[in-house]
Amino acid sequence: MSEAVLPTRTPAFEARIRKRYAAERRFKLAGLLSILFSIAVLAFLLVTMASNGISGFKRVELAVEIDFPEAGITGDPAVLAQPNAIQSLEAQGLPAVIEFYATKSLGEAGAQQINSEAWRDVAKMIIADPSILGSKSELMVPASHKLAAAYSGDGQVDLQPLANQLKAEGKLQKNFDFGFLSRSDATDPQLVGIWGALKGSMLTMLITLAFAFPIGVLAALYLEEYAPKNRWTDIIEVSINNLAAVPSIIFGLLGLAVFLTLFPSYRSAPLIGGLTLALMTMPVIVIAGRNAIKAVPPTIRDGALALGASPIQVVFHHVLPLALPGILTGTIIGMARALGETAPALMIGMRAFVATPPDGFTSPATLLPVQIFLWSDEIDRGFVERTSAAIIVLLMFLLVMNGLAIYLRNRFEKKW
Amino acid sequence: MSPAILLLLALGLGLAGWLAARARAWSFRRAMPDRRIASLPSYYGWYVALWVVIPAILFILAWGFIAPVLVTQSVLADPAAAHLPVFGLQRETILAEARAVASGAANGVFNPLARELVEPYRAALMRMNAIGIAATLVVAFLGGAWSFTRLRPDFRARTRVERIVMLILLLASLVAILTTLGIFLSLVFETIRFFGMIDPISFLFGTHWGPDPMSSVEAADPSRFGAIPLFWGTIYIGAIIAMVVAIPLGLMSAIYLTQYASPAWRKWLKPALEILAGVPTVVYGYFAALTIAPAIRDMAVSIGISNASSESALAAGLVMGVMIIPFVSSMADDSIAAVPQAMRDGSLAMGATTNETIRRVLVPAALPGIVAGVMLAISRAIGETMIVVMAAGYAAKLSGNPLEAMTTVTVQIVAMLTGEASFDHPATLSAFALGFVLFLVTLGLNIVALRVVKRFREAYE
Repeated sequence: MSEAVLPTRTPAFEARIRKRYAAERRFKLAGLLSILFSIAVLAFLLVTMASNGISGFKRVELAVEIDFPEAGITGDPAVLAQPNAIQSLEAQGLPAVIEFYATKSLGEAGAQQINSEAWRDVAKMIIADPSILGSKSELMVPASHKLAAAYSGDGQVDLQPLANQLKAEGKLQKNFDFGFLSRSDATDPQLVGIWGALKGSMLTMLITLAFAFPIGVLAALYLEEYAPKNRWTDIIEVSINNLAAVPSIIFGLLGLAVFLTLFPSYRSAPLIGGLTLALMTMPVIVIAGRNAIKAVPPTIRDGALALGASPIQVVFHHVLPLALPGILTGTIIGMARALGETAPALMIGMRAFVATPPDGFTSPATLLPVQIFLWSDEIDRGFVERTSAAIIVLLMFLLVMNGLAIYLRNRFEKKW
Repeated sequence: MSPAILLLLALGLGLAGWLAARARAWSFRRAMPDRRIASLPSYYGWYVALWVVIPAILFILAWGFIAPVLVTQSVLADPAAAHLPVFGLQRETILAEARAVASGAANGVFNPLARELVEPYRAALMRMNAIGIAATLVVAFLGGAWSFTRLRPDFRARTRVERIVMLILLLASLVAILTTLGIFLSLVFETIRFFGMIDPISFLFGTHWGPDPMSSVEAADPSRFGAIPLFWGTIYIGAIIAMVVAIPLGLMSAIYLTQYASPAWRKWLKPALEILAGVPTVVYGYFAALTIAPAIRDMAVSIGISNASSESALAAGLVMGVMIIPFVSSMADDSIAAVPQAMRDGSLAMGATTNETIRRVLVPAALPGIVAGVMLAISRAIGETMIVVMAAGYAAKLSGNPLEAMTTVTVQIVAMLTGEASFDHPATLSAFALGFVLFLVTLGLNIVALRVVKRFREAYE
């Protein structure tokens, strides 16, 4: 007597369900692919920079055999220990000596391709190790940037045969250039280094930290622990949240209009750069700080208050030490962002050619990202590799900073 | 003179005051072993130390502004300064040169007039240094002495110190307001000067952008200050091309990470995505200019577009979109996670597949948050500078062709302020007007987005 039950799994139903499951798989695949695309772009970027950058740490050098005793260059250890040792070697005729031996070992055409500043490198080698003055030795000196370009297969065509010949003789080599980390900006890609920019960045970051960290932490403490709920507090909160999202170039305009009007003689100094970046970093630290302070459980505060601590003592003796790891993590992330910032520094004049590393907070300086930007404008092929090498250094710094932030987070993360 | 030395001096005196006052408090305690003094001894120390350091720092700040003026005045009063040109840039240059040599920042002088001024400068600097140090000492000492004489066994040092600390905390949080105000005022001020020379209507609605920084200040041609091509370039690159890349990829990444990825995968994929946000924009700009832009040009040439430019809106927009992906993704992630689990479970229980649940339930429920995230992302994209400076070019064009070079507001700000024009020139001032427009637009987007996020968050709690 039973009625015929319609089968649920009709072919049409099966088809619909297959379609829905296929849509499901496609959707999931699209999600995975979109993540993988981002990561692939990142990987491509890193690989491009790394493959260019590795050769940016190297430079083309010529082998020159120099007989120092014969040339009569002497090195009194007392003289060589002095700061003006390079000048004293120059006065002894070191540049001419190198020219002479370059002609001897490389021939007339080759000698012209020694870099004009090569003698400085030789002078530094002598100062580092005076014993080479005692004998005949083969030294690697930087080649001219024309020959360097010819070595890599571009540049002037008429230099190619010379480059190939010297390469075959083993006198022209591409060697690791330790000086890249210790020299400063120059017009010749063979002679540039990033120490000046690196030092400028470090000094600027010190100023940024010195201003942004205390102000940020104190503001976070005030807003989270003491601020009454009123209009003023609302205005402060809104302005902090907005500052965190204001484009960085606007901070550059602020630095230009305010700081450079107040201190016109400190143009492109780390002091001004640091202050500008500090205003930019401070909201980031406040927001991170408030989250860290919020994470400290109220029982800690109640316990301290119950034992008779004053509100200030509660915060400075109990809440702040417990929130500090979180605050530090946020600070490091904010500093990493500031380290990579270029636009504000361009606004306040830190894009000048600075050939000597800054010796203080008020001397002209450039920053690592700005140096990258300046080099990226150079058309010389040699600068492309140098720029990538500078980018590698910058990314390394960021990696270390972010690694430190992650370490701090893991090390001090607490479940209450 | 280095303010750092004065600062160290003030801090050293503060330490001395701290030690002295604490010792004083201990002496109270020893004198009256049966009575408690009002605060812990270290609070007496802090009280005096604050009274030493704060007036001294305020003085040092003020001195930092006054001293250079006084130095210049005393140098100008010197007979050697009588030969100086009366006014203008040359005079400033000579003074700056002499000052640099006198303070040891430079080795030699170029101008013979400056050489004569070196000695007066050196003398004036020495004098001002001595006065500065002496005055700092006096200020610090007066503050310390006054506060020290107030120390009594029943003096409530802790309350006083805490009141000062509260004041410092309040001041620290006011820095944010001051910064906002500073940004606003400096932009408004220069913008008003700009609009004194160029009519706002022709700036906001003109369609030709080509300021000539070398033209004379008075003869600035208003028809060359039409910012519409810049606004179009900004919107085209930042809000259209970049978002076409960032919104779908960011949203799909967030969906995959929250709904499909196993915790182990998520642990690896999410930080990998976040690295993208940590790469400095100058690196992206270099990548766009060096790798992506030539690739796009070659591709365009190979499909028969012969006039493709080596700088293109497409290259800048694509790379910027990739940069924004993690930003969109984490905002979407947050708002999807805020949708109650019950809604998701309910949909799944009705037999919907995961993707149907996501598309019909989770995304609509999370939409306000996602939209707010997209608005923040647009605000970030239109304020982005380095990528467009390096990859989009300087040519102001009103064009819909993504392969052409285009310019944006931020590019022109950089171009106008790093050029040779003087600070009073409308071309330079136009950078501030552009900055002001950019500030207002991003501010508007941020406020609306933050409001939406806030309201949306509260909806389910």
